[in-house]
Amino acid sequence: MATTAAKPPGFLARALDSDVWASFKRSKLTMAAAAVTALFFLAALFAGLISPQNPFDPAQLELINSRLPPIWDSEGQRPFLLGTDDQGRDMLSAILYGLRISLLVGFLGVAFAAALGITLGLVAGYVGGVTDAVIMRIADVQLTFPAILIALLVDGVTKSVLGGALDATTILSVLVFSIGLSFWVQYARTVRGSVLVEKNKDYVAAARLIGLPAPVIMARHVLPNVLGPVLVIATINLALAIITEATLSFLGAGMPDTMPSMGTLIRIGNNYLFSGEWWIVAFPGIALALLVLAINLLGDWLRDALNPRLR
Amino acid sequence: MLAFIIRRALQALGVLFTVGVIAFAMFRFAGDPVNQIVSIDTPAAEREQVRRSLGLDDPVPVQFVRYFVRAAQGDFGISYQFRQPVAQLLLDRMPATLELAICATIFALVFGIVMGVYSALRRESVLAKVFQAVSLIGISLPTFLIGILMIYLFSVSLGLLPSYGRGETVRLGWWSTGLLTWSGWKALIMPSITLGLFQMTLIMRLVRAEMLEVMRSEYIRFARARGLKTRAIHFGHALKNTLVPVITIAGLQLGAVIAFAIITETVFQWPGMGLLFVQAVQNVDIPIMAAYLLLVALIFVTINLVVDILYTVVDPRLRSTLRQPV
Repeated sequence: MATTAAKPPGFLARALDSDVWASFKRSKLTMAAAAVTALFFLAALFAGLISPQNPFDPAQLELINSRLPPIWDSEGQRPFLLGTDDQGRDMLSAILYGLRISLLVGFLGVAFAAALGITLGLVAGYVGGVTDAVIMRIADVQLTFPAILIALLVDGVTKSVLGGALDATTILSVLVFSIGLSFWVQYARTVRGSVLVEKNKDYVAAARLIGLPAPVIMARHVLPNVLGPVLVIATINLALAIITEATLSFLGAGMPDTMPSMGTLIRIGNNYLFSGEWWIVAFPGIALALLVLAINLLGDWLRDALNPRLR
Repeated sequence: MLAFIIRRALQALGVLFTVGVIAFAMFRFAGDPVNQIVSIDTPAAEREQVRRSLGLDDPVPVQFVRYFVRAAQGDFGISYQFRQPVAQLLLDRMPATLELAICATIFALVFGIVMGVYSALRRESVLAKVFQAVSLIGISLPTFLIGILMIYLFSVSLGLLPSYGRGETVRLGWWSTGLLTWSGWKALIMPSITLGLFQMTLIMRLVRAEMLEVMRSEYIRFARARGLKTRAIHFGHALKNTLVPVITIAGLQLGAVIAFAIITETVFQWPGMGLLFVQAVQNVDIPIMAAYLLLVALIFVTINLVVDILYTVVDPRLRSTLRQPV
């Protein structure tokens, strides 16, 4: 690399000079949303260091500490900053660990949906014919139903196929699987549309001419050129995936009480709404709402920033 | 026109068929139906007899056709948890869900249109900005959180409205309605708002965008030039022309509202089909899940078909393009 005379500007320099960064700096709301999102990510990442208690470890829970109000209440006790739930779980710790589960399921769910959708979209667009028709018909049928209904169905059916009592890790995988299966359609349609445009370009013809097999052309040459819109969909879908996980857990079809996500915490708290223990439902609810709102705002901004036509 | 309707109807049947295959596959292959019906210590011979009486030893295609024929006659099998015909269970709960969905849609239409028109006509006013903020929250907040918040406000703190159930219901034939009693109406308020909030924001945004678009058009300028009153222009000309897409969307969304009622019904313990479905998922009651899926598919497909046909009836421009053979 020492031989090149004019060194091209580095990635950071180019990023700082870009339109996307400029539009980011212009919008205070977007910056606030990014700060909140980053805060949540860090909190989830370092949950083990921040939280006073490991809420997944039954040995650390004392029933004598159950249903304590937040610390600013006269009956509040240290170290339970935001109070405790019915099992003596510290709410702050439960929220931090629950955040971790919610974000993990959200990310993995979106990744699975994107992988599935991109693969099917690539194949449908590139191969065409009957394959295309079958894949897109399935997509059409699925689009008639709301994602939450599909997720609930997949969740129920998968659990009945696996059968018996499931441990928390399996349930987490089932959740990722259901969310992936309910959100792939949008990726598949977008990728297919872009592939139909790309596959008639010269570089694809050249790749075909030198005898590259179709899977290689799809993965190495077409795929990088259709990924832009996918990124935007993925950001917007992250918020949706987190809501879907929370809803499934709230409905009692998601994470168990022993390893609660935000939705599970809200479901538990909902039982104590009438007995005056408002903090058990309020804090997880606020955390979830803030997280989703921040990611939504980021997604909206990213869509506008990456798509000059919408400006 | 007739060819168009027939083609759309065939497409609808295709969707129903696909969903039917999925429902049958769930019914047949997700878990052994015999195990759900007999107890653990039932002898093998008896199990075999149950299996034969359910027709589970027939070839799969035969079972599939039988499932279809029975489903078409309204027989969806016996629920594992309730030991009652699924069709009867669903039918008992259908009025609750339909009343809730229709009230939510009416709420969404009325408030969505009013708020949309206002924020289009007074774009810079404070209230319009408030409406925009509300719509952002309505789209971001999960439905169940909105429900819990409302229960906390109006049931726990103020004690104004009931937090669960339908209140008193009156039976009109097989239909049980909550619309004829005061407590029924009170019970309906919070679930309807919770369920309709998302549609309301959708309609508000749509009306606002459409109104802004229409207000720029030539015929509005012409109406101004004719010296018509502002009120007549806004409501007689502009709003009237925005309503066709709005009502279409509201109609198409009715299916989604019925499906989304799952969440609202769980929060408010509303005794509808959605609550039945959630309980079925929790208890792996496959016959109910399969039947609910088929029923929702039928509702969706019917609504889409009706809207498609109405659209061509309402808008003659679409009809002329249809006449030409494609």
